[in-house]
Amino acid sequence: MAVARALKIGLPLTRRRVRPAVTWPVALLLLVACVFLTIGSLTSAIFAEQTVAGLAQGGVYASLAVALVLIYRATEVINFAQGGMAMFTTYITFQLMEWGVSYWAAFAATIGIAFAGGIAVERVIIRPTARGGVLTVVVVTIGLLLLLQGAAAWIWTPQIRPFRSAFSARPIRVGGVAFTVQDLGTIGVTIGAVVLLWLFFQLTKTGLAMRAAALRPAAARLVGVRVGWMLALGWGLAAALGAITGLMVVPTTYLQPTMMDTILIYAFAAAVVGGIENPAGAVVGGLGLGVLLNLLGTYVGFLKHAPELNLPVALAVLLVVLLIRPAGLFGRTLVRRV
Amino acid sequence: MSTLLELNGVEARYGPIKALHGVTLSVDEGEVVAVLGANGAGKTTTLRAISNTVRSSGEVRFAGKSIARRSPESIVRLGIAHVPEGRGTFAELTVTENLRLGAYTRRGSNKATMKQVREYFPWMAERGEQQAGTLSGGEQQMLALARAFMQRPRLLLLDEPSLGLAPIIVSEIFRLVTELNKEGMTVLVVEQNANIALQAASRAYVLEVGRVAVSGTSDELRANESVRRSYLGY
Repeated sequence: MAVARALKIGLPLTRRRVRPAVTWPVALLLLVACVFLTIGSLTSAIFAEQTVAGLAQGGVYASLAVALVLIYRATEVINFAQGGMAMFTTYITFQLMEWGVSYWAAFAATIGIAFAGGIAVERVIIRPTARGGVLTVVVVTIGLLLLLQGAAAWIWTPQIRPFRSAFSARPIRVGGVAFTVQDLGTIGVTIGAVVLLWLFFQLTKTGLAMRAAALRPAAARLVGVRVGWMLALGWGLAAALGAITGLMVVPTTYLQPTMMDTILIYAFAAAVVGGIENPAGAVVGGLGLGVLLNLLGTYVGFLKHAPELNLPVALAVLLVVLLIRPAGLFGRTLVRRV
Repeated sequence: MSTLLELNGVEARYGPIKALHGVTLSVDEGEVVAVLGANGAGKTTTLRAISNTVRSSGEVRFAGKSIARRSPESIVRLGIAHVPEGRGTFAELTVTENLRLGAYTRRGSNKATMKQVREYFPWMAERGEQQAGTLSGGEQQMLALARAFMQRPRLLLLDEPSLGLAPIIVSEIFRLVTELNKEGMTVLVVEQNANIALQAASRAYVLEVGRVAVSGTSDELRANESVRRSYLGY
């Protein structure tokens, strides 16, 4: 191009501040929480162990929460079948292993099957009903959940089965603190998967196109993005992430058609606490929730022997966060110029 | 010169309301052609009928082939860039990401094109990480043009680039359009600002209630009494 000549009269270089996604009270809160956890872990071995166990639980919530956020951003619905899909893919791993496939091969195959299955669900079930509006799609995802649970119980019987973990339960001792390989592995896999996904969205052309399609479908179409396929791809990725989550939790929940039900509620709470549109918020929400519940369960008298109170406590946290910040910790209140 | 774009009796409607009552126009390769008209005359709809983002009937031919039945995405792939009303900026994405999206349909590396854009607009390199929604209106319009340039289209459809911009920026934008045209891009620009559009274009069509009322070279239109009164204001 015949260079810069045309723009000799400089435009006023407006250096407007971009509004950060994290406001300072939230940043402060996170900083204080990190400092508290570090000091606590350095002074008490039990505290350190429970923090790591909480992070492992939280990693599970976080990855499922990110799957929810992915679909929320693409389709603007909460996918109530997210947990059900993860349950079903875990059964698929079980079946593959029954047929003699080794654990890790089955693991990899399941991720592939989940990805294809997620795309198929979007194309076959969600797309045709999307015209009916958000509420219709929500009801359809609830129907899908029931369908998957029914199908799993029908194919594999509702019998509760133990399921091996990806990692050994062997403890590792670091200066008097015992961490289990399973906890560390779970943290690594769930957070690793989320980070990989984030890199995919930031660095690849397809990732960028998926974000564009979710944010502004009409404009995306005008630069040649096949918006429909991008949304389907979003469902595929969410299903694959869910499959990983399922395989990480199944050793503790056991294999059964309802194994993901409560976890989905925690993940939903985590996603909303983080601000439902923000994957980073979902990760922080998930990890925070996991650690908080574990520490409360360890140190607060009446919670110690009542694990069934975990869920109400999680929802209480959600309520408090939403009362103070209705858009979630990382969420932005929607301001539209009209 | 060969005809690049041809519209023949194109009609379009939004629900029960008919917006185009049979528009016929043509654009030759290498031209800048303007479509003028008042609010609601069907200027935007004409562009949307070309990129097939509105329900339309009639004949639309690009480089000899009918494109009336193609999806908007595949029309982009043929080499038509449409900068829509509101500029089609991805406000939540960064400046660089907006540019990358412009090159979405291109295979292979876009480094050379990106470099050209950044030499032309140094601020897009400096503020590549800024959210596009925080740019000023003029900057967003330039970003829209740069995004279209990244696509390296044969035909650029430009919807009202002067909208909401200060006169000095408007003349910058049109100078840029002329530059793009010299680079070999054919341009079909829709404008309410007839003065500036006629300066940039070699020919123009005037739309009135969904039909071409007058057409001719820019000089002919400037000399036309009724066009001068209604659209040029002197």
